[in-house]
Amino acid sequence: MSTLLEVSGVSVTFDGFRAINNLSFRIGDAELRAIIGPNGAGKTTFMDIVTGKTRPDEGRILWGEKSQSLLGMNEAKIAQAGIGRKFQKPTVFEEQTVFENLQMALKNDRGPFSVLFYKTNPRDQERIGELAEEIGLSDQLYRKSGELSHGQKQWLEIGMLLAQEPRLLLVDEPAAGMTPAEREHTTTILVEAAKTRAVVVVEHDMEFIRRLNCKVTVLHEGSVLAEGSLDHVTSNQEVIDVYLGR
Amino acid sequence: MASLVLVLGTAVARAQDAPMQTLLQDHSATIVKSSRKTIGPAIDAVAGSGLPQAQVVLQSWQAKDMWLRKEDGLFFRAEKIDSKTYRLFDFDTDADLGAFAKSDLKQIKPNSGIRALLGSALVRFQLLDPDPAKRADALLSLERDPSADALEPLRASIDDEPDDELRAKKVRLERLLTIGYDPDEPARIAAIQEMSTDLGVDVRATLNPLVATSLKVYAGEAPAAWNIATSLTPGSDQLPRAEAYDLLVAEKLAPPRVSGDDIRNALIENIQDGQVAEVPIHRFSDPAIREIAYANLANAGTVPPLVTETDIDAALAAHTFVQVFADPSPAVTTAASAALESISYRVGINQTIDLTLDALSLASIYFLAAIGLAITFGVMGVINMAHGEFIMMGAYTGYVVQQFIPDHTLSIIVAIPLAFAVTFAAGVAMERLVIRWLYNRPLETLLATFGISIALQQLAKNIFGTQARPLTSPGWLDGALELNDVVSISYIRIAIFVLALIFLALFLFIMKRTRLGLEIRAVTQNPRMASSMGINPNRVNMLTFGLGSGIAGIAGVAIGLFAKVTSELGSDYIVQSFMTVVVGGVGNIWGTLAGATMIGFLQKGIEWFNPSNTLAAQTYMIVFIIIFIQFRPRGIIALKGRAAGD
Amino acid sequence: MRKSFFAQNPSVLIFLAILGLFTLGVTVMSEAYGNGAISTSFVKTLGKTLCLAMIAIAMDLVWGYTGILSLGHFAFFGIGGYMIGMWLMYARTYDIVVASLAEAPIPPTEQELVDAVGNQIFGVVGSSEFPLIWTFADSLTIQLALVVLVPGIIAGVFGWLAFRSRVTGVYLSILTQAMTLALAFYLFQNDSGLRGNNGLSGLQNLPGMDDVPQALISVWFLWASAGALALTYLFGAFVVSGKFGSVIRGIRDNEARVRFLGYSVETYKLFIFTATAMLAGIAGALYYPQAGIVNPAEIAPIASIYLAVWVAIGGRGRLYGAVIGAIFVSLVSSWFTGGQAPDINLGFYTVKWVDWWLIVLGLSFVGVTLFAPAGIGGLVDLVTNRKSPDRHGADLGPDAGALQEKEALE
Repeated sequence: MSTLLEVSGVSVTFDGFRAINNLSFRIGDAELRAIIGPNGAGKTTFMDIVTGKTRPDEGRILWGEKSQSLLGMNEAKIAQAGIGRKFQKPTVFEEQTVFENLQMALKNDRGPFSVLFYKTNPRDQERIGELAEEIGLSDQLYRKSGELSHGQKQWLEIGMLLAQEPRLLLVDEPAAGMTPAEREHTTTILVEAAKTRAVVVVEHDMEFIRRLNCKVTVLHEGSVLAEGSLDHVTSNQEVIDVYLGR
Repeated sequence: MASLVLVLGTAVARAQDAPMQTLLQDHSATIVKSSRKTIGPAIDAVAGSGLPQAQVVLQSWQAKDMWLRKEDGLFFRAEKIDSKTYRLFDFDTDADLGAFAKSDLKQIKPNSGIRALLGSALVRFQLLDPDPAKRADALLSLERDPSADALEPLRASIDDEPDDELRAKKVRLERLLTIGYDPDEPARIAAIQEMSTDLGVDVRATLNPLVATSLKVYAGEAPAAWNIATSLTPGSDQLPRAEAYDLLVAEKLAPPRVSGDDIRNALIENIQDGQVAEVPIHRFSDPAIREIAYANLANAGTVPPLVTETDIDAALAAHTFVQVFADPSPAVTTAASAALESISYRVGINQTIDLTLDALSLASIYFLAAIGLAITFGVMGVINMAHGEFIMMGAYTGYVVQQFIPDHTLSIIVAIPLAFAVTFAAGVAMERLVIRWLYNRPLETLLATFGISIALQQLAKNIFGTQARPLTSPGWLDGALELNDVVSISYIRIAIFVLALIFLALFLFIMKRTRLGLEIRAVTQNPRMASSMGINPNRVNMLTFGLGSGIAGIAGVAIGLFAKVTSELGSDYIVQSFMTVVVGGVGNIWGTLAGATMIGFLQKGIEWFNPSNTLAAQTYMIVFIIIFIQFRPRGIIALKGRAAGD
Repeated sequence: MRKSFFAQNPSVLIFLAILGLFTLGVTVMSEAYGNGAISTSFVKTLGKTLCLAMIAIAMDLVWGYTGILSLGHFAFFGIGGYMIGMWLMYARTYDIVVASLAEAPIPPTEQELVDAVGNQIFGVVGSSEFPLIWTFADSLTIQLALVVLVPGIIAGVFGWLAFRSRVTGVYLSILTQAMTLALAFYLFQNDSGLRGNNGLSGLQNLPGMDDVPQALISVWFLWASAGALALTYLFGAFVVSGKFGSVIRGIRDNEARVRFLGYSVETYKLFIFTATAMLAGIAGALYYPQAGIVNPAEIAPIASIYLAVWVAIGGRGRLYGAVIGAIFVSLVSSWFTGGQAPDINLGFYTVKWVDWWLIVLGLSFVGVTLFAPAGIGGLVDLVTNRKSPDRHGADLGPDAGALQEKEALE
């Protein structure tokens, strides 16, 4: 298994507060990984750094076979390189239909002129149909996404991520606010996705993580505390202290 | 009649005892038919006579109180009794000679030119006058109108001067007169060196004419009398070719150039049968053809020949161009140049100080205009485009108060709290009616407050008209604090600076030390959390907005004191105010202070480069700010990290 | 789903039909081609209003669809006017000078002609030399190109700087306002080379067409304006209807999300900002020959704010809304401020509309913002039953989106 993303020695400071402290992390192709940690452990900041939203003070981030550095790239370039991100709160374009949302996310040339002269073609339409099927929104294709339920919006956002065909998916709390049945479906989608690409899931819900059945990384105070299977990390005394003690 | 003869007799009898009368009689003709050009010797004779009565003569002459008795041609001082009779006094004895009919007398009426000459002749007497005020006047008139003659009497008067201040003035003036008029060269140079550290405008006014140069030209040897400063090469930056040749033409050392207009006029004059020098006129739209025709005319001797570039070069090469000092003495001009250089260095330093003060006062004006915004926009994040109109309302409040309270000091004292009250109320009303519905929709707040701004501006126009209204500052704020001739700052600007400092302190006090400040910070950081802790966010928002608006009102009074109070007063400041807050860094009062300082200094600095064009200065300043924001999008003092949002 | 462009956008056909009928109607009622029911000056007013509708569409694209509240687009409009005005003024003055010098005893040289033109044009600012920016004033082709290029370049450079440093929301608005102010200040100077506050005048006279009456010219300009408006509307509908429209509306609603989808938000913003600036330039180039004069006061920031007012009152985020707003507000404004509206006598006070109109406009603008965010265009929704999605109480303003995300990350 080759390394897809390698983060090494990254630190970032906000007004004296060290959000990320000498963090090193790597993930390979087609791997499903869960990140857990108490509040303020730096989970979201970690995603911000990888997607180019926050610039680290030091450290390096290498991507892909060519070990390309992500540090000099902006968000759009990083996304085009193949890193997709799902936010904690579902953020879809509520004024637009499910179809339009998916069409925008579909992997195609992102330049303004090719977008301006873009015409819907049968291949893309077919792909959108498949995605809608996968996330269970086939019947809602021409509804405004603002009218969808909370869970449907989460799926739509995951569908948009998949439409981007990224090699790495960063998913922030996908199961928040979902009914048990919806969680089930979400797990299926993520596990399915992880067969062909790397998926990193940040989640609080242990039950959800157990169902994902994957390697777990525990973050604490901006660096990795423990790594391994869920059973392995939950039996680690330090992790127990961090979650329960203090 | 008898008495008249008697008087006459006594007067004549005392001819030897009446030296002044004799003197006047010697110059009688010029005094009676006087003109500025001829009167000199007469005045000099009187003034130089050394007689104690000379001052009275000159004074009464100047005051048109000297009369001629037609009968015997003697001069007297006269006092008016009524429109037909005058009382005469003898100059030498000051004796009262009795009343005389006006018809027997002739008034000596010196014209203004002569009166000025008399004035300067009188100065030497006035310099010794027992009344210090008169001596001060005399010094002032000498300063205004220095002359070589005054040098000696001035020197003579210094030792006996009892008043220290006047003596210092006299000494200083003596030095200046020495520089300008002393025939003794070493004395002049010594005086120049002595004054070379003085910043006074008068020193520079004395020195500058000495080193003033004029452009002159000669062929061969330079005339010996010329004190040459530099020699210039035609075609250089100091002396363009055209200018050099024009000088030659003016000195009649070379023939004038033939311009395009000259050619055209010459051609027009010489049109014969539709052609000139055998060239048909329809071809004259080509300048080359025109020149050929003109050359033909010149060959025929009808017109002066064209001056070619070669001619010009030859003429320029044959002459030497020099700058010649006005003063003939090289030693003096060298010393004066050196002194001026040392002065201008000092003046430069002082101008920098002056500019800094100017910039500081401009910065405090921007700070005043922006501090209200620092609260509403910086702290609350509400963009209020009607902020400028609140400033305007404050200024108009001041104006209205002055209509009722004529005392300016009192009216300003009343106007400040009243302006605060008026704009506070307006701000609260606006927050309640409009802004609170638009929290979290900044662009719509911007547009809605623009609507209010348009309406308020027009309302002010309807009420107060379009012309500027005066808001007069109290008398004790008039004038300026003058440190020396270069550095001065008006009291009103000092007052505004102080006001800005007070506001800064007030702001810090309210935000850091009061319950309201705590609640404001709590509500802006997390309204839901704040309200769950028992703070009423609606009330806090309302008060905060009112506070920001009220401060704008006070700023309006201050700005109204030196700017025209019109309905557009606010809109003149609004963009700069927002720039101040944005450049400084939103949400930080020190940022606003830094922003105001930067913009103030920037604008003054740009104006210094190009003083004639404030419009250009504003243009460049805005362009600079736009570029500045590229490098520091969050302002000079930026909030970092997550608190900055986005 | 694959329908034709017009089938997807029925409003385009309706709009074009109404515009066509309107133009035809004005033509048959004009003094030049019809019964003269509409005076020449009113034909000009209508022609100018069409140009204003054009720039309103540009504003709607940049603000209503992309969420950039630009307070500088009227400056681009003015610049367009200046660019065409330079040629109009030069060419016409040249004709006049040639005619007057034809009487001279000898024919003038080319240099004399140019000098005389310079004297005529720049006499008011105490100069007679042609400034550098007038280099191409004798060429209609180049000046027409500049009508598009100068606003495009200014907008391009400004936009590149502003968007690159991620200046958004009200900051961007203030920055565009500052840019406008700087431009106006620059043009107000006498040595700007564009005649200071005198501006360029006499633009209603077309060079070489002294014999053609204004009645005729006014109708021609009306046709040109209507044609340009139709093309602008088509262009606008084309831009906003497809995937491009999705992207820019996405930028308006949640800029960061679009960025994480891999779209270069800055490039899109720059594209829209520059393209609409060019449109504004064209609209200005059609407007000012009908107005007759262009001066720096036209460029002042307040003009751009009025532009935003039109779009907001008409209804932003829909092209016909912008057109309705511009036409409605500018015609009503000129009715009130032109002194035609009857005064209202309240007994103790007479309301003169010339004085009070701006107050009414300002307050009605506040009213629209508060109570009718959809503007006049919102009335159409009552007919077509267009519904906004339920937002679950969340705001979807351009900046609110970022705010939600911030909350989400905390």
